[in-house]
Amino acid sequence: MRTSTPARIGQYTALLAYLVFLAFPFLWLVSTAFKPPRELGSLHPTWIPKDPTLGNFRQAFDEQPLLQAALNSLLAALAAAVVAVLIATPMAYVVARRRTRLAKAVTGWVVVSQAFPFVLLIIPLFLVLKNLRLINSVPGLVLVYVVWALPFALWMLAGYVRAVPPELEEAAAVDGAGRVRTLVSVTAPLLAPGIVATGLFAFITAWNEFFFALVLLKTPEKQTLPVVLTHFIGAEGVADLGPLAAAAFLATLPSLVVFAVIQRRITGGMLTGAVKS
Amino acid sequence: MTSVTEASPPSPQVRRAGRRPGRDRPRKAVDHGAWFLVLPALLPILVLSAGPLLYGILLAFTDAQSGRTEPTRWIGALNFRDLLHDTLFWESFRIGLVWAVGVTVPQFLLALGLALLLNQGLRLRWLARALAIIPWAMPEVVVGIMWRLVYNPDAGILNETLRDVGLGSGRDWLSGLATALPAVIVVGVWAGMPQTTVALLAGLQNTPRELHEAAAVDGAGAWRRFRTVTWPALRPIALAITALNLIWNFNSFALVYVLTNGGPGGRTRLPMLFAYEEAFRYGQFGYAAAMGCVMVAGISIALAVFLVGRLRGGDDA
Repeated sequence: MRTSTPARIGQYTALLAYLVFLAFPFLWLVSTAFKPPRELGSLHPTWIPKDPTLGNFRQAFDEQPLLQAALNSLLAALAAAVVAVLIATPMAYVVARRRTRLAKAVTGWVVVSQAFPFVLLIIPLFLVLKNLRLINSVPGLVLVYVVWALPFALWMLAGYVRAVPPELEEAAAVDGAGRVRTLVSVTAPLLAPGIVATGLFAFITAWNEFFFALVLLKTPEKQTLPVVLTHFIGAEGVADLGPLAAAAFLATLPSLVVFAVIQRRITGGMLTGAVKS
Repeated sequence: MTSVTEASPPSPQVRRAGRRPGRDRPRKAVDHGAWFLVLPALLPILVLSAGPLLYGILLAFTDAQSGRTEPTRWIGALNFRDLLHDTLFWESFRIGLVWAVGVTVPQFLLALGLALLLNQGLRLRWLARALAIIPWAMPEVVVGIMWRLVYNPDAGILNETLRDVGLGSGRDWLSGLATALPAVIVVGVWAGMPQTTVALLAGLQNTPRELHEAAAVDGAGAWRRFRTVTWPALRPIALAITALNLIWNFNSFALVYVLTNGGPGGRTRLPMLFAYEEAFRYGQFGYAAAMGCVMVAGISIALAVFLVGRLRGGDDA
């Protein structure tokens, strides 16, 4: 199909507008992160810092326990991702391969779990974790993150399992491989990329998560990055912009890098999961 | 666990039979294995998700409070009766609905536009895809912080641009009574657009290309082609993603917590922020749980209205 030249010009103008809209806040964050205090206080801020500096980053690390927070975030996100994938993969396999009542119930739960506001979940969880003495601890947060990541992990993994033809497993069975052997040496290797993508996605969502961490972690040395970032904003909403921007920029980098790696797989997995159920 | 049918040479029927749960012997064997496979995920779901949800609903009928020594009592529907007269909560609920619809609708329209553009084979497609990652991958807290920098009255780029273009001296967007809610809605649209775009783009790539070309040959204009060919194929995905967006937006918390913390004067206090303060600042667990229940009921009704309306609208078209 041919598109006329004026139409093409219109399309490129629109696309350019989208690009600007999507990119400018992030560019402004980066720009602010590298500006010295004098430029931040100026009434005519510029896009490109005239006198770029790393001072904001140093100050950010001095003001808040960013390294400890990053470590907490890393531990919580890593543990949550690994556990979620380990327990979700077998269930996703069953859900994808067999149309039982269980599969329907799981799909139903995935949908319902999206609709419930977190307050309704966090108050009872808070009480339960308090009884287990897991408030203000990273393991307690990991428990919450695992359950919170499960619906999406199940959804995606079930999509990946469906993409593995059952005929392959049947062929292995014909050749005399037992059930476990079939799963380990035929299905698992084919699922591996999907499992890694799901795990990385669970990692990012946990790394980015704010609400549960805000409620469950009380002392600064236990808190995760997103919670510590909000401490840069004072009680009256006044913030030291430079360090705030620098810390926010650093906290985003892991998410951006990991997401860039898995983006294609995530969108693919989401949609196979969606189309087939 | 190999059955006779599976051992016979593969034919289409056999392959299908292999997947069918109708056969007796393997089915039982698989079921045992199935429970073993399912249990590791099922237990945490029951103990830490389904259980707490029911517990949370029950709490709404008690006077549970944080840090109290006397035992919690059943108080029936008293929380709900109090809630009925809580004008602050209903104001917050109304703001939540305005926010959810105000974000979801522009989000959908903008995402549809971008998806249609990306589906055109333009040159800068890769760049748009790469940039779309940014809002999607970022921590919500950082999105909030970033837009605070944009909206900052002095050092923000928005006011500076307005001054450059000669549209006045700018204003304090996030603290103005009239501008706060629209300002946070723009951020909400920005943050959720990529996911919607990706879903719609996938839907577009499933629309039959030949139909499109046939319609073009028949002289149908772009708008006609969109209405008669693209939209019918896109509708299921569009409905699903819009319904999900409505729920997610109504229940969102972190963005507005960072941008305005509900201010100024409660103008952006979404129901989640309200319930969070009630539960974890004032310790009113029972009352906050009741709010949660009302939020679920509210969003369910809104969704039902939306879906019934949309589905019926589809039959006429």
